[in-house]
Amino acid sequence: MRAANRGDEAAYRTLLSDLAPALRAMARRGFARVGASGGDVEDVVQETLLAIHLKRHTWDESLPIGPWIGAIARNKVIDSLRQRGRRIELPLDDFVEVLPAAEAEETVSRRDVDRLLEGLGARQREVVRAVSVEGASIRETGARLNMSEGAVRVALHRGLSALAAMMRKGSS
Amino acid sequence: MRTDALIHALAADNASRAQPVGRRVRWMLLPGLVVAVLLFLAILGPRPDVAAAAETVRFLLKFVVTLALAAAALPLAVRLSAPGTRAPLAALLIAPAILLLAVAVELIVLPPSRWMPSLVGHNWLVCILCIPLLSMAPLAALLLALRSGAPTAPVLTGAVAGMAAGAIGATLYAAHCPDDSPLFIATWYVIAVLAVTALGAAAGSRLLKW
Repeated sequence: MRAANRGDEAAYRTLLSDLAPALRAMARRGFARVGASGGDVEDVVQETLLAIHLKRHTWDESLPIGPWIGAIARNKVIDSLRQRGRRIELPLDDFVEVLPAAEAEETVSRRDVDRLLEGLGARQREVVRAVSVEGASIRETGARLNMSEGAVRVALHRGLSALAAMMRKGSS
Repeated sequence: MRTDALIHALAADNASRAQPVGRRVRWMLLPGLVVAVLLFLAILGPRPDVAAAAETVRFLLKFVVTLALAAAALPLAVRLSAPGTRAPLAALLIAPAILLLAVAVELIVLPPSRWMPSLVGHNWLVCILCIPLLSMAPLAALLLALRSGAPTAPVLTGAVAGMAAGAIGATLYAAHCPDDSPLFIATWYVIAVLAVTALGAAAGSRLLKW
């Protein structure tokens, strides 16, 4: 994350990719603890990743990152369980114990993110879809949509923020 | 959507960077304070004998208490906006401790016949109305700034923000208020600040979720 904060996009992608399995395991454990089916585990993983991304300025670089990520993940798991009408307390140290188990299966969210994307403005939707689903770079997206790179960056960031807000509304 | 597709989009957005919450609070609180001071000057203004009052212990003590509360609550609200950080809530007890001590001294210094008149004071109604009124702009600025954070306890964070805003409103009001007795402060100021605290908690439960 420190490298990411210095602008290293590749390091940031690696970090998020490495975090995903651990977040998945934590969400699954949280769900299992209350006997909930693990169907929307991936929804929680994606919401958590979005939150980590949009709130990463709240991490103090002088502190270890584990408790910060753990608190965000725990918060998102609890939100998701509350949405099912359950009250739950998860121990704070949960994240630290979780080993990033390599799991390749089930990394597609159930929630129809495409439906959520419909809620965005046309430009934001096209940009988010190009950069995520189609895996295009900022430059490619700009060329394809005839936008400047700066405009693509702004649309991407606003689109992701709006997506997070819609996920939150859906789960409250 | 596949999670790795989302991660690709997040990584591509790595260049976007929000300000630290503390800096945002400082920037947004500034206009909030300006509005509060202008409002104070427009509807209240400092009391006429403010120069003479500034030489009395009781008058100065009001500012010690309100500023101690604001100084404790403001950084605490910022800390509460960072997930996984311990927030030392005990810092909030410093101002009440000073106030309690002052009340104890006041009860020793004043004859019992003066206790009730000192407590009721001259215009407690203005006090409990104006402190929340002066706190509104700082509270709005604080909540707006804290929305960029990620408080895991939105109600508590809102309450602490409300306490900070209430302390700021009380600091301003103290310059107008003709009542300086710690008995008055411990009653009406406390009621007013707690009202703003409750308002902050209610607003926090709605505005500070993320």
